[in-house]
Amino acid sequence: MFEWLGITPQGLFGQILIGLINGSFYAILSLGLAIIFGLLNIVNFTHGAQYMMGAFVAWGAANYLGIGYWWSLLLAPLAVGVIGIVIETTLLRRLYQSDHIYGLLLTFGLALIIEGGFRQAFGISGERYEIPEQLQGATDLGFMVLPNYRAWVVLASVTLCLATWALIERTRLGAYLRAGTENPNLLRAFGVNVPLLVTLTYGFGAALAGFAGVLAAPIFQVNPTMGSNLLIVVFAVVVVGGLGSIIGSIVTGIGLGLVEGLTKVFYPEGSAVVIFVAMAIVLLLRPHGLFGKEK
Amino acid sequence: MAWSRNKTGLVVLLAIGLVAPFVVYPIFLMKALCFALFACALNLLLGYAGLLSFGHAAFFGGAAYVTGYVMTVLNWPVEAGLLAGTVFGLVLGTVFGGLAIRRQGLYFTMVTLALAQMVFFLCLQIKATGGEDGLQGIPRGMLFGVLDLNEALNMYYLVFAIFLAGFFFIYRVVNSPFGNVLKAIRENEPRAISLGYNAERHKLVAFILSAGLAGLAGSTKAIVFQLASLTDVHWSMSGEVVLMTLVGGMGTLFGPVIGAVFVVSLDHLLAPFGSWFTVVMGVIFVACVLLFKKGIVGSLRWPPKPLRNDSGPDLPAASAGTPT
Repeated sequence: MFEWLGITPQGLFGQILIGLINGSFYAILSLGLAIIFGLLNIVNFTHGAQYMMGAFVAWGAANYLGIGYWWSLLLAPLAVGVIGIVIETTLLRRLYQSDHIYGLLLTFGLALIIEGGFRQAFGISGERYEIPEQLQGATDLGFMVLPNYRAWVVLASVTLCLATWALIERTRLGAYLRAGTENPNLLRAFGVNVPLLVTLTYGFGAALAGFAGVLAAPIFQVNPTMGSNLLIVVFAVVVVGGLGSIIGSIVTGIGLGLVEGLTKVFYPEGSAVVIFVAMAIVLLLRPHGLFGKEK
Repeated sequence: MAWSRNKTGLVVLLAIGLVAPFVVYPIFLMKALCFALFACALNLLLGYAGLLSFGHAAFFGGAAYVTGYVMTVLNWPVEAGLLAGTVFGLVLGTVFGGLAIRRQGLYFTMVTLALAQMVFFLCLQIKATGGEDGLQGIPRGMLFGVLDLNEALNMYYLVFAIFLAGFFFIYRVVNSPFGNVLKAIRENEPRAISLGYNAERHKLVAFILSAGLAGLAGSTKAIVFQLASLTDVHWSMSGEVVLMTLVGGMGTLFGPVIGAVFVVSLDHLLAPFGSWFTVVMGVIFVACVLLFKKGIVGSLRWPPKPLRNDSGPDLPAASAGTPT
């Protein structure tokens, strides 16, 4: 069936799987960006660095402390989240009254500091992180061989995204968050501690990035520059999807990941730029993004 | 008053520029001038139109590649090489600007960054750009067929002349009716629109001019260093030029020049220390944003303004307007 295109089913489904995995990372990261943007009105340029730190915490925990993957999956987001909270309370908080450009520049500066520091400490060659024992090996599905760890990544990401969606749309805390996004002053008048909410939101967004970093550690090399390159693609995803909608972030992330995977099958040379091209097309046809509303 | 201060500044700049190569290593000066022009180009957009582009490396680095290509492969003379790079900046600026101004604020920044990353990947993949090696050994050639640019001083004065031309052009644009409308749009876009100005077109023209000048800066850089490389199109280059503008003072005429000299000097000093340059750049970003929003020139206004409370250093929490 696939012969006429010169593509094996294993190759096609393999690339679709890679697309799904990349898409999962796009989804988690753009979700975090969307949540932070909603309440803080800041495009978090540090997001890539936070993702990278998540991976490095997992790698460091395994190498220096002998802590395994599963504990890292809990500890790394916590650590990155706490660092995020420190950043918010000590630095970002001072800028809420200024032009939004300054928030962006501040987080960009922080990203440079973090990335430069890690590069200085660990070099750029990258470190290996082993797949946990339970998820090693692969399952033969008949039409393709599915590596267990990759299946887990897709499953965990989608679960995390849906849980985040439920948290925001279905809980009281989420209702506060949505109210704060609409009108923080009014919410404050109702006696809700908005500054605390803002701090926790930033911490949560950072933790999401850290979680994605741990998931990514065994697939990609743990590398100080792993975050910045990914983040720019995520920005394109965010422009396509718009930051206004949680579900929009998730769908756009996974969708564009798939598009990228399929491009690798049919036109490999274009796979590095296809998401940017998609962004340009969306800007031409639907300037506000697929799900977005202009803020 | 402002005019006479700028005039003094211009004379000082001219005097320093003419004497400098006899005091400082010319290559360093040429690098500083190329980046100064690049930062001035960005400042036209950021400081006067209020649009933060994080993708200007695409115009700078892309133009460097174009100039390098036409001069090494097609054997074009140096004037044509510079022109080709500038035209490339203008054309790419029209395309990217047309796309980016469709979104406002922070989205605008993300669009420019993403589009520039696309250029980076293209430069990495296309054969004509030499991939990881870049284009090396770009000939400097003879200017107008008579002036040998391999002589350091000749090259320096050409770079200085290009910089001055670009700088003067920006000065004229900023002080023209067009520049005033641009500032009005920056301050209050809905009001400018209600006064009958086509905000989108003004922003687009500013973007195109800025991109063209960034292209000119990139072309000049390619000829000075005889090299066009991936560093020139990388996002960190876009960040660097934003930092130059921020440090020197956004929306000031001389700020980007001083910022560029500052950052290039820093780069020179920290070159032996590897990634520490990145860290220091980040620290300066953070410090500027938190303590020093007006930059060097914005904070050092001479002669001092009579209203002190207007020009004092920014305190972090000074959100409420100054009392009158």
